Amino acid sequence: MAKIVAICATTHHPFYYKTSKMGNDEAPPFAEVWIEKVTNYRETLTQARPDVLVMIGSDHFHQLWLNAMPQFLVGNAPFYDANYYNEAREFGLPQLLLRGDVELGNFILEKGLEIGFDLAFSNELRVDHSITCPIFTIRPEADLPIVPIYTNIFAPPLPQPKRFVDLGIAIRNIVEEWPSDKRVAIIGTGHLSLELGGPRQFGPHGPDPEFDAKAVEWISKGMINEALAEVTLESLHKPGNATHGFMDFMLMMGVAKGQVADYADTLDLFHTMEAYFTWYPEGD
Amino acid sequence: MSKYFVNKFLFTIDRDPELVERYREDPKGTVAWWLEEIGPKNLGLATFEGTTWLTLEEDERTALENHDKVTLFAMGAHPFLTLTLWIAMFERDFQEPLGMQLDYAESLKRFSLPYPDITT
Repeated sequence: MAKIVAICATTHHPFYYKTSKMGNDEAPPFAEVWIEKVTNYRETLTQARPDVLVMIGSDHFHQLWLNAMPQFLVGNAPFYDANYYNEAREFGLPQLLLRGDVELGNFILEKGLEIGFDLAFSNELRVDHSITCPIFTIRPEADLPIVPIYTNIFAPPLPQPKRFVDLGIAIRNIVEEWPSDKRVAIIGTGHLSLELGGPRQFGPHGPDPEFDAKAVEWISKGMINEALAEVTLESLHKPGNATHGFMDFMLMMGVAKGQVADYADTLDLFHTMEAYFTWYPEGD
Repeated sequence: MSKYFVNKFLFTIDRDPELVERYREDPKGTVAWWLEEIGPKNLGLATFEGTTWLTLEEDERTALENHDKVTLFAMGAHPFLTLTLWIAMFERDFQEPLGMQLDYAESLKRFSLPYPDITT
């Protein structure tokens, strides 16, 4: 059976790539510590020596649109073009071509359907920065095949928080059942408190540092029940109008099945707090 | 009221560099052109069978014609779509880093929770 060698949950800050490429004369004051933290975080994946990456993210109105909006979607294509014109325009992100693992994509899709997750699928998916940011940060070689899984945290009505946790648990179980000798890393990106296009955007910190502190504790200590007791679709409006992206972290807590994180780090930036977590499944 | 159609306008303009510039320079003309040429197309179809019923309400059309992001927010247009397009169109007019984004936030200061519903 396949072996899950690392579980990584992180924020996806689209400006990291550009910041990391700046010269000393133009880099902002926080660049050095940001690059150092990301470099350290990258090592937590590198040392696990993965063969394939299952990558959870959320399309930002690129390919998925309101005329047909899936709640959860699995890619089962042999290749994924990546990044869009407006991401190059706004964030300086280059376009990529990533290989896909069709066998694992189909396995997750079919097993998920079997156990009651009515997953959508895509044979032609151009992924965006929710998938490519962790490529740039923790696998910049972009050399491993991926299985992208998209969640809808963006276009209400949204699935319930518990459904994200349950899907995370299901993904973990399904990957562990995959008849393969591959070493799999499961990587997901979300947000802590975040405001986009509202009155609290682009402040000196994330819009709700208190929520961020609590969220980091939940994630790092594997406190799934505590998170579920407090987080609702309604409550997530309070920390910031884009904070529903936290549900992707909840999905990753499900993947980690309540285990305490083996690695946890944060960086308080303007506009948002960066967060980096890695779990090595027990017994590894 | 058609939040969906307002969002469709913002979505289709933002994803085309030529239309971003056109909307910046001539908002009224771009809205009129869009209603004829782009709005009716069903973005999920490779064929010509598009919408026969979607349109903008008068106040929605006026808000788009006036680059009125505050009214768009009040109407429940998706804030990510509006912000992304506004960065593309107007960030260049500000000297300070994040000047546009902070000015944008300031213009929305009168809104408190709960914000206008963006559900479509």
